Amino acid sequence: MYDAGKIITGIVIFLILMTVPIWYVIATGQASYVPDPKVNPNVTQCVESTDYMIKNHMILLDEWKTSCVRDGICTWVASDGETYNTSLAGTCLSSCHPSKAEFCDQCHSYVGIKPYCWNCHISGE
Amino acid sequence: MEVDRRGFIKIAGLVVAGLAVPPVFKVFSSTEMPKTLDSETLAKTKWAMVVKLENCKDGCTECIDACHSIHNVPDFGNPKDEIKWIWTDPYENVFPEQQSEFTEESLKEEPVLVLCNHCENPPCTRVCPVKATWQREDGIVMMDFHRCIGCRFCMSACPYGSRSFNWRDPREYIKETNPDFPTRTKGVVEKCNFCEERLREGLLPACVEACEDKTLVFGNLEDPNSEVSKLISSNYTLRRHSGLGTAPKVYYLRQDGTHV
Repeated sequence: MYDAGKIITGIVIFLILMTVPIWYVIATGQASYVPDPKVNPNVTQCVESTDYMIKNHMILLDEWKTSCVRDGICTWVASDGETYNTSLAGTCLSSCHPSKAEFCDQCHSYVGIKPYCWNCHISGE
Repeated sequence: MEVDRRGFIKIAGLVVAGLAVPPVFKVFSSTEMPKTLDSETLAKTKWAMVVKLENCKDGCTECIDACHSIHNVPDFGNPKDEIKWIWTDPYENVFPEQQSEFTEESLKEEPVLVLCNHCENPPCTRVCPVKATWQREDGIVMMDFHRCIGCRFCMSACPYGSRSFNWRDPREYIKETNPDFPTRTKGVVEKCNFCEERLREGLLPACVEACEDKTLVFGNLEDPNSEVSKLISSNYTLRRHSGLGTAPKVYYLRQDGTHV
């Protein structure tokens, strides 16, 4: 290989520059940050299990939106038979998740997602 | 492995037959979603409104204020950006075909309450390229603010000017927000929804409830005993631009025959 020294040095410098964000996050301790969504401590039960909600809340909310706005059906029956109003402000935010900043934003900010729910729906903050 | 022509055709046939399995399985395994408001109830309803012109008091804005406050309608403070769900226009503009050279100037300027007519044959829904506005089974011309792309075709199609466009983010221009109803965002069209969110709970539209002079009557046209059905069937009524064939469901009624 011609100019092996220059090329290898170049590759090493390139790799260091590329991975700077990783080292920076580790050095400042941000890598150990874990989002901590807070719910109303007096409430024990969501409309579905926590595991299901973590994975599927966006799909569920989308279904709620479609059935209420387009079909005019604004109630929804959970898997345990309980009936709920399909309202983001009325059902989710009103009692169980009163703070958008302490609940929704925790994970959304962490993973860099900006849902546009809040352009119209009122979070009370 | 050697595959002759016959063998190949057999395998190909089996593969094609296999492709048909999932759709067939889907059809037979699907379960009906529980519905509290079934389409049968919706189909038996045809919402309409009667505006009793002689009851409407000059300068009174009770109905407009009630509607605009519960629906978070912004006030931009200039007519170019104005958003309106229910408002008044001079008689000569609301019913231009009723004017003649003998109509008094004072009558021409008399304010008449106007709102979305929730037409039986709505031109706005036909032009929407994304089905963000459509007619429900109960006749309400609905808006899905989630889906609106702000092309404003519906605004051009509406012969009544019932639709307004959010040229700017309306949030800052709402005096007091009602948390139970969403605001809109920049680039979305909005209009009266006949208070479908209140009808769902068995309440009358906010404007009807707010009017103390009983100017507005709301009800089901499919029910021959409803007040709207009786008023419309036994009185002279006007509908805006009825010649256009849009068949509005907001009827104007003047029982005393004179203007105030």
